[in-house]
Amino acid sequence: MAMEAAATRNPTGDRPESAYDARAPLLGVVVAAIAWLALAPLGFLIWQSFMTPRVGSRPARFTLGNFVEAYASPDTLPLLINSLEFAAGASVLALVVGALLAWIHERTNTPFKSMIYALSVVPLVIPGILFVVAWIMLASPKIGLFNLAFQRTFDTDATLVDIYSLGGMIFVDGLHYSPIAFLLMTAAFRAMDPSLEEAAMMSGASTTGVARRVTFGLAWPAVAASFLILFIRAIESFETPALLGLPVGIEVFTSAIYDAIHRYPSNIGLAAAYALLLLALTGGGIWWQSRIASRGGRYATVGGKGFRPRVMDIGGWRWATGGFFVVYALLVVGLPFLVLLWSSLQKFYSVPSWAALKNITPKAYATVLAYPNVATAAWNSALLAIEGATIVMLLTAVACWIIHRTKIPGRWLLDGVASAPLVIPGLVMGLAIMVSYLSLGGGVYGTIWIMLIAYVTRFLPYGMRYNTTSMIQLHPELEESAAMSGASWAQSFRRIVLPLLKPGLVAGWIYIVIVSVRELSSSILLYSPGTEVISVVIWELWQNGQYVELSALGVMLIAALFVFVMAAQALSRRFGVREP
Amino acid sequence: MLSVKGLNTEYKTQKGPAVQAARNVAFEAPKGVFFTLLGPSGCGKTTTLRSIAGLERPTSGEIEANGRVVYSSAQGVFVPPNKRNFGMVFQSYAIWPHMTVFANAAFPLEVRKNRLNKSQIAEKVMKVLHAVGLDHLAERDATRLSGGQQQRLALARALVMEPEILLLDEPLSNLDAKLREKMRFELKRIQRELGLTTIYVTHDQGEALALSHEIAVMSEGRIVQIGSPRTIYERPANRFVADFIGTTNFIDGTVLGHDDATKLYRVRTPIGDLLVTSDAPLAGGAPVTLSIRPEDVELTEDAAPEDRLINLSSGMVDAKVFLGDIVDFQVKVGDVMLLSRAHPSLRTPVGDKINIRMDPLKCVALPAEPAVAAQAAA
Ligand SMILES: Nc1ncnc2c1ncn2[C@@H]1O[C@H](COP(=O)(O)OP(=O)(O)OP(=O)(O)O)[C@@H](O)[C@H]1O
Ligand SMILES: [Mg+2]
Repeated sequence: MAMEAAATRNPTGDRPESAYDARAPLLGVVVAAIAWLALAPLGFLIWQSFMTPRVGSRPARFTLGNFVEAYASPDTLPLLINSLEFAAGASVLALVVGALLAWIHERTNTPFKSMIYALSVVPLVIPGILFVVAWIMLASPKIGLFNLAFQRTFDTDATLVDIYSLGGMIFVDGLHYSPIAFLLMTAAFRAMDPSLEEAAMMSGASTTGVARRVTFGLAWPAVAASFLILFIRAIESFETPALLGLPVGIEVFTSAIYDAIHRYPSNIGLAAAYALLLLALTGGGIWWQSRIASRGGRYATVGGKGFRPRVMDIGGWRWATGGFFVVYALLVVGLPFLVLLWSSLQKFYSVPSWAALKNITPKAYATVLAYPNVATAAWNSALLAIEGATIVMLLTAVACWIIHRTKIPGRWLLDGVASAPLVIPGLVMGLAIMVSYLSLGGGVYGTIWIMLIAYVTRFLPYGMRYNTTSMIQLHPELEESAAMSGASWAQSFRRIVLPLLKPGLVAGWIYIVIVSVRELSSSILLYSPGTEVISVVIWELWQNGQYVELSALGVMLIAALFVFVMAAQALSRRFGVREP
Repeated sequence: MLSVKGLNTEYKTQKGPAVQAARNVAFEAPKGVFFTLLGPSGCGKTTTLRSIAGLERPTSGEIEANGRVVYSSAQGVFVPPNKRNFGMVFQSYAIWPHMTVFANAAFPLEVRKNRLNKSQIAEKVMKVLHAVGLDHLAERDATRLSGGQQQRLALARALVMEPEILLLDEPLSNLDAKLREKMRFELKRIQRELGLTTIYVTHDQGEALALSHEIAVMSEGRIVQIGSPRTIYERPANRFVADFIGTTNFIDGTVLGHDDATKLYRVRTPIGDLLVTSDAPLAGGAPVTLSIRPEDVELTEDAAPEDRLINLSSGMVDAKVFLGDIVDFQVKVGDVMLLSRAHPSLRTPVGDKINIRMDPLKCVALPAEPAVAAQAAA
């Protein structure tokens, strides 16, 4: 290998001293791209928030009116309260359910607990809009199956549950994101040295004493950090408030931004002013979360030797915990999928009954496949997901290399910049990018490229996270020995660094593909006829009341994502992918 | 007093048969005794200790502490660990990072049924922290302690509850060599002062020999020999124990006969006929392995006086290693290489002839095979 490297090196006369110069242009391009992607939209967003709407030929002018309208209006306080109530409720629900599942999974001998892990991935794959629609079909006052079954059984007109309410929003959103809480809390339980709990038991503490004084005492930084992550996620949530809140007048910031853009004339300045407050909330949350996480770091004390998974025999209680898990599985996967499947097989949306069973027909599938924009959207979604994921992973691989391997001053700034989109809610990102490219002109707005830019920007932080994890494990001497063998920087990056980063690259790529296909909140502001993606088509079908076609499309999408995840898992096993 | 009878503990595994980590383990540790479980990595020491603690549920056997049965498969008794009142020091120390030093040590008193009042707790805690030399750090965060201080805090936490039995799982293995030596003495002092029945787990034979009143040597889940440090060292019961504890020379041979006057056996070996000692009766013609410690292979340059009761031989110095207080000699006797530990004053150069003397009482005959199975009942 040394011979080969030397042979390729000599003809070009590339001496070691010039290696830095050779890679400088590439590094420069990567840094510039990341800086532009992450910073420009924010700049334009702030600028826009100080501008009047541009109507016809009248140009935009400087104003503070947007902020006055946004923050001095008596409507803003309820908006803030709704947002906080919704986000707090949804995140507490997700956290309680997720922590309970994690405890069941990690610490008890509950039957079929091994299925919890597999099941927890499913809601993360299903697009939020489908989950909300399925729950509308289950629990809306007029067409919801729960209410109809209740009314039929007890022969009343009363409604059992009303999904169009703050409680309904909290329930649906909290349930959908409980798997994130489950994964976060599982990690926390695993990081805990079991002998810390055993030592408490040897000291004479009872089971509840151990749980209360040691297990929870140790887990609270993780609980607090998880809560903040979930809270930030919930406050960014768009689908649930838009579908469940707007029809009954419960507005939160995200739906208010959407409303401001879609009213006539659209008030982008007002939307930008709202967006800045939303950004302040998520930014503060992330800052607080990272503080807790860094302080909690010392709590994660895994003893190297003698680590034993501790599983408690909870006796008869395990049937209660097993029952809890079955109910959870039904609510989060079983019923939503079945109701979509049922309605996809109808001619017109109708409640399950023997009569309706006779009318089962796969016609809706044919209908929806025949829509020209469905094929376009599927193609766009696939293309954007694959291109976006590839670009993100490559850009961030180089960025992580710069951060962890060079001594370039200010390289830590790059980490901050590339991770910044994490605090930007999808809807705000869509708005910011829209504003940027409308102002810049150049014809990007309205093409598929603007969607690609949005996706790459939004998912940069995920790429950073996956690549950082593997870069830290990559010992610098591996590269240095490549250099000693005579490899140029490009050669050692391509032949040593990238292959060793591959497990992380593949895992990150798969994750970004999945979240790209689910993406709605940025796309909804950026698409134009011809550049729709699948989630946007589902959104349109819902607005048009085409529930049956929506269900058919949803079932096919879930099936396709399921196949993709299966294939990805097989692929990951081959590459030895670790979860970061 | 702690007594363990016929203890079996196994680990269920997802695939394949269960791991038999402790097999028919039986021993008795009288009151106030420092009892050590010694053996190579993976031999089941931790498993045995955790079974005594109640952190692992054995499949069969009986455990009794000071007359109280805490586990018995026959009677269907299993006292949960938090009701056993055994103090335990974990290998990782398991110091709770969200509490101060004081809070860590006070925890066992605070979770008790019949709680003491605050000042009584403070008094007891400070007393035990003083005993381990941590009283000046009481209010510090437990994460801001050095390794040795964490170790002492773990010990204080186990002692503050005035346990019936003290269980220690390799408590010194995370410390550096100097500190380990120092803590060894500390541990011994505290154990003696409190008169605590102590079960100690280690794979370090030096530690075991230095600390223990009694040692149980384990191999593959079984106890292969129990005895005082001196017995274990000087009279190993089999090849495994002789090999694991210290260094030794093994010489294969055949029993020639018994000498009734001296109660010794004559054994034919490649280095000549030797008088040897054996705890078990040996039949004539039986194959045996002799174990002779290097410090018992005495070297002299001048011809030794004839003595019927000393084994004599001679060889050639093949190599030597100067270690300061001692010199290790490799002596070639025929085809056999003997290791000898000599005083540095012996300066015989490599290649020279040298005379060898061995005390028959230090030449121990062992069953020829490493007959672990035959010794299981020991
Ligand atoms: N949780 C477990 N599941 C399955 N097998 C286990 C488990 N814990 C220990 N074992 C096995 O049981 C045997 C005894 O383990 P144990 O931890 O008691 O050894 P040890 O003597 O303490 O070793 P060390 O000196 O390395 O700590 C080993 O073969 C080990 O692989
Ligand atoms: Mg051990």
